[in-house]
Amino acid sequence: MASPEPSRGRLWKWLDSRFGLADFERVARKKAVPVHKHTIWYYLGGMTLFLFIVQVGTGILLLFYYRPSATEAYESIQFIMTEVRFGWLIRSIHNWAANLMIFTLFVHMFSVLFLKAYRAPRELTWLTGAGLLVVTLAFGFTGYLLPWNQLAYFATRVGTQIVGVVPVVGEGLLRILRGGDDVSGATLTRFYAFHAAVLPTLIVGLLTLHVYLVQKHGMSVPPSVEAKGAPRRALPFLPNFLLRDLVGWLGALAIVAALAAYFPTELGEKADPFAPAPAGIKPEWYFMFMFQTLKYLPPHILGIEGEVIGVLGFGVAALILVLVPWLDRRREGEIGSRRKWLNWVWVGVIAFMLLMTWLGYTEAVPEFGIEAGQ
Amino acid sequence: MSERDERPAIERGPNGEAGSAQDKVPVRRRFLNWLLGTGAGAVSISVLYPIARYLDPPEVEESETSQVTLPMAPREIAPNTGQVFRFGTRPGIIIRTPAGELRAFDGMCTHLDCIVQYREDISRIWCACHNGHYDLNGVNVQGPPPRPLQRYSVVEQADQIVVSKIV
Repeated sequence: MASPEPSRGRLWKWLDSRFGLADFERVARKKAVPVHKHTIWYYLGGMTLFLFIVQVGTGILLLFYYRPSATEAYESIQFIMTEVRFGWLIRSIHNWAANLMIFTLFVHMFSVLFLKAYRAPRELTWLTGAGLLVVTLAFGFTGYLLPWNQLAYFATRVGTQIVGVVPVVGEGLLRILRGGDDVSGATLTRFYAFHAAVLPTLIVGLLTLHVYLVQKHGMSVPPSVEAKGAPRRALPFLPNFLLRDLVGWLGALAIVAALAAYFPTELGEKADPFAPAPAGIKPEWYFMFMFQTLKYLPPHILGIEGEVIGVLGFGVAALILVLVPWLDRRREGEIGSRRKWLNWVWVGVIAFMLLMTWLGYTEAVPEFGIEAGQ
Repeated sequence: MSERDERPAIERGPNGEAGSAQDKVPVRRRFLNWLLGTGAGAVSISVLYPIARYLDPPEVEESETSQVTLPMAPREIAPNTGQVFRFGTRPGIIIRTPAGELRAFDGMCTHLDCIVQYREDISRIWCACHNGHYDLNGVNVQGPPPRPLQRYSVVEQADQIVVSKIV
């Protein structure tokens, strides 16, 4: 009894005759989300998108007071945290939502791997997703330096040094990243340009493609569900799925707000390029497993520097991850993919990442504390 | 649309497809719509309020300055000259009249907030933006300025000048 073309107001009709709103509406109403036991994983992408929107909003707000120079950056954030009304809240939300966004992004990626949602014709969706992961990590890396405090300063020295290890192009890349031979005020300005202009441009392009491809191909049904025949139920995206999405987003917002209120982001001490590095320098948690792995490598493997091997190893791993849709192609006449063992590979990868992260955080810090370093 | 119609009413969204006129909407649906609307309103307010407060810049203490001490000897300002100084966050202008008296004024033109300067050739305070003229008492005498410049009191000391607002 629901009329397919509900009666509309004059404004809607006016816009429709100019925009073609009815076409958009038809597409939106046709979109449906398959219902099966793995449906919950469909929420992760939207959740990451929501947290990204929070990042755009709070990021723009921070630009109103932030000053990107070595002499003013730390002081301007001090001003935001102490003088500007709700400044502490905006900055803390920016920090917490960033961390949560990277977390949901990882969960989203692994759910796609386990449910094999990258299969044809969704290779490009996977590829743009991989691009989004790289850009998001770059956002995290560049944003970390912007407060210009001791921890960020030294973490950036170490982090960029790792780039310098890459054979052939490493040295040049290092100079481009740092804006010179060393981490300095020039690096801060550069990271600011990346964080507030270059990466946003890239992410908007990739995100548009990614979301378009998701719309074009619809939600992927996992092979295990496919094998039992197509799922019987489908949930209309508008409004049913979107409303469920909104509940999740509201929950995420509440979690971020609570974390920001109870654990406001600290500022630490202002960076001093001529002070000795404080003990216990750590990267952000999502880089910890790589950082820790590099620590365990011996100085030389088969006559090549251990770090070089490590960096190349991560490069190869990333390449394999990008090529997964082509490595895991279904064979002729096959329903779903039979390569169940691949899932054990992903379990191994997750276990490795968790173990290395755990070791990174529990490893004994050398006797001299931060006090001794000053 | 077909799978949509097979669903029980509760699974449908709040668009009220179940009935076209408001009075046909069931009470429970109406209540849920009200709940959804007020909830969304409350969330919007709790997001927008901090943003609005955040965008309003905090008061800077300096802006309430009522007195400044200029670290210069009064004799450094020759007759028939003037110079601009900082009066808190605003500019001020201090001049010595051809007769030798030291006077200070607010340095912002009353027309459109440009910063004024002293013209030695005509012995007037002058605004370059729109050719506004003030006389040696800060009174607007020619051009667009609508009001005189606010005058400050000047106290000359051996090696400094104290300028303060006249209360």
